[in-house]
Amino acid sequence: MTARPIIEIRNLGKFYDGFEALKDINLTVLSGEKVVVCGPSGSGKSTLIRCINRLEEHSSGRMIVDGIELTEETKDIRAVRREVGMVFQQFNLFPHMTVLENLTIGPMRVRKIPKAEAEARARKYLARVHIPEQADKYPAQLSGGQQQRVAIARSLCMEPRIMLFDEPTSALDPEMINEVLDVMVELAGTGMTMVVVTHEMGFARKVADRMVFMERGEIVEVAPPDVFFTAPKSERCRAFLDQILEH
Amino acid sequence: MAEASIPGSDARSRRLTLRRMFASRIFSVALYAVVIWLIVRTAWTGAEAMGYNWQWYRVPQYLLRRTDDGFALGELATGLGASLLLSAVAFTLALIIGLVVALLRLSNLVVGKAVARAFLEIVRNMPLLVLLYLFYYVGGPIFGLDRYVASVLCLGVFHGAILSEVFRAGINSVGRGQWEAAMSIGMTRMQSYRYIILPQSVRFMLPPITGEAVNMIKSSAIVSVIAVAELTTAGRNIISDTYMSFEIWFTVAVIYLAVTLCLSVFVSHLERRFAVEI
Ligand SMILES: Nc1ncnc2c1ncn2[C@@H]1O[C@H](COP(=O)(O)OP(=O)(O)O)[C@@H](O)[C@H]1O
Ligand SMILES: [Mg+2]
Repeated sequence: MTARPIIEIRNLGKFYDGFEALKDINLTVLSGEKVVVCGPSGSGKSTLIRCINRLEEHSSGRMIVDGIELTEETKDIRAVRREVGMVFQQFNLFPHMTVLENLTIGPMRVRKIPKAEAEARARKYLARVHIPEQADKYPAQLSGGQQQRVAIARSLCMEPRIMLFDEPTSALDPEMINEVLDVMVELAGTGMTMVVVTHEMGFARKVADRMVFMERGEIVEVAPPDVFFTAPKSERCRAFLDQILEH
Repeated sequence: MAEASIPGSDARSRRLTLRRMFASRIFSVALYAVVIWLIVRTAWTGAEAMGYNWQWYRVPQYLLRRTDDGFALGELATGLGASLLLSAVAFTLALIIGLVVALLRLSNLVVGKAVARAFLEIVRNMPLLVLLYLFYYVGGPIFGLDRYVASVLCLGVFHGAILSEVFRAGINSVGRGQWEAAMSIGMTRMQSYRYIILPQSVRFMLPPITGEAVNMIKSSAIVSVIAVAELTTAGRNIISDTYMSFEIWFTVAVIYLAVTLCLSVFVSHLERRFAVEI
C-alpha cells in the first residue's frame, strides 16, 4: 500500500502587511509521515505550520489538508481543525478548567460525544502521556512538562489524523524536555502523521522521516535525516546545523 | 537584649502601627461617623437658624405603617421596591445590550463594528436626562412607549453602552493563545466565547459590572422627572403633600446609600470567591 498525501502545500505565500513571511512553499506530507521543520528564528516555521490549520491565512497558493482545500469557507476550516491537533510552545491550556475538563471540552462540544465517553477517552489519553493521577488538578498546579503533556493529550482526545507541534519544548526547563519528547516519540510509534517544529535534533534523528530546513520564509532543503545531518546540500543549512549541534 | 538591636527599627515599627491604624476598619468607620456627624450638625444648625420645623415623628409612617390587620408598607418602602425592580429590569437589558455591542465591536463584520461604534458614541456623548426625554417625548408618541417602558429602555441603553466597554476590555484581557487553543480544537467563535473566553474574563469584569449596577440604582432616580413611580418620585409626592422636604430627602438619601452599600459589600464577597481559582 502506498501512503497517500495528507497535507499538500502548493506555491504557498504569506504576507504580513508588506512583509513576505513565506515564499513559494511546496511540500507534501504523506499519511503517517513524520516531518521535522527547523531553521533560524524568524524563518517562518511557525507561520507555515499555523497555515496548516489556518490559524494564519495564507496570501497565495493552495493548502489542501486531508482532502479539504482551505479557503474562506469557515465550515471547511473547522472540519480541518477537528482533524488537526496543535501543540503550542506556551501550552495554552484553559486555566479555568481542570485537566479533565480541558480534555473533554473539545470532544463534548465539537464532536458532540456524551460526557461519560469523553471522560473515559480523556483518562485513556492522560494515561498515554503518563499523568493519569492529575485529572482533577488545575493547569497552574502542574509543572511545565506536565502541562505540555496535558496539552498533547487534549489534542489527542479529538482523535486527530495529523498533529502539529510548534516548538513544544522551547518553553520548558531542561529537565522536563525529555518527558515531553518521550511522549512524542511514543506517539510517533502509533503511526500518527506529525509535523514538528523543533531544534531537538536527537528527537529528529529518532523519529523524522524527512527533515525540512527553512530560512527567510523559504524551504531551503528537504532530506531524510541521515542525509540531512551528514551531508546537507546547502551551505546555509550546514552552517545552521553546526551552530545548533555545537551545544 | 537580643532584640531591638537594629537602629531605627523602633521608629519603623511605630510608623507601621500608625499605618495599620489608619488602614483599620475601626478607624475608617470612626472617620466616616465624624464626617457624617459634621454634615448633620451643620444642616441641623442651618435649619434651626432658618426656623425649620422638624417633624421626624411623621416620617416612619411612610416606611411602615400600622393598620387594623397588621402592617402595611409606606410610600417610601413601595417606592424603594419599585426602584429596585426598575433597576433590575433595566440592568438585565443593559447586560444584554452591552454584551451584544461588545461582541459586534470585536467581530469581523464591518457593518456590525460601525453600528456598534456609532451607538456607543451617540449614547456616551449624551446627557442621561436628554436621552430620557428622547425616549419618552419622541419615542413615546412614535412607538407608543409608555413611561415605564421608555424608562427601562433609556436606562438599559445608557448603561448598556458603558457595560459594552467593560465587556470589551474583559474579553481583550484574555490572551490570544486561548483563542488559538479553542479554535484549533475546532470550536466556533461562539463556542470559544462561551466556554473559554467569557468564563475567564468574568473575573476581570465583575468589579466594574457591580459598580455599574450601583450606578444604575442611582441613575434610576432620574425617571422621577417623567413621574414613573419609584423612590425619588415617592419622595417628591410626599413632600408636595407635607412640605417636609428636609426629613424626606434625608430619608431618601439614606435609603439609597444603604442599598448601594449593601450591594457593594455583597459584591466584594463575590469577588473574593471568584479570585480563588486561576
Ligand atoms: N502577526 C504577525 N505580524 C507581522 N509579522 C509577523 C507576524 N507573525 C510573524 N511575523 C513575522 O514573520 C516572520 C516569520 O515568523 P515566524 O513564523 O514566527 O518565525 P519562526 O517561527 O521561524 O521563528 C518573522 O519575521 C516575524 O517577525
Ligand atoms: Mg516560531
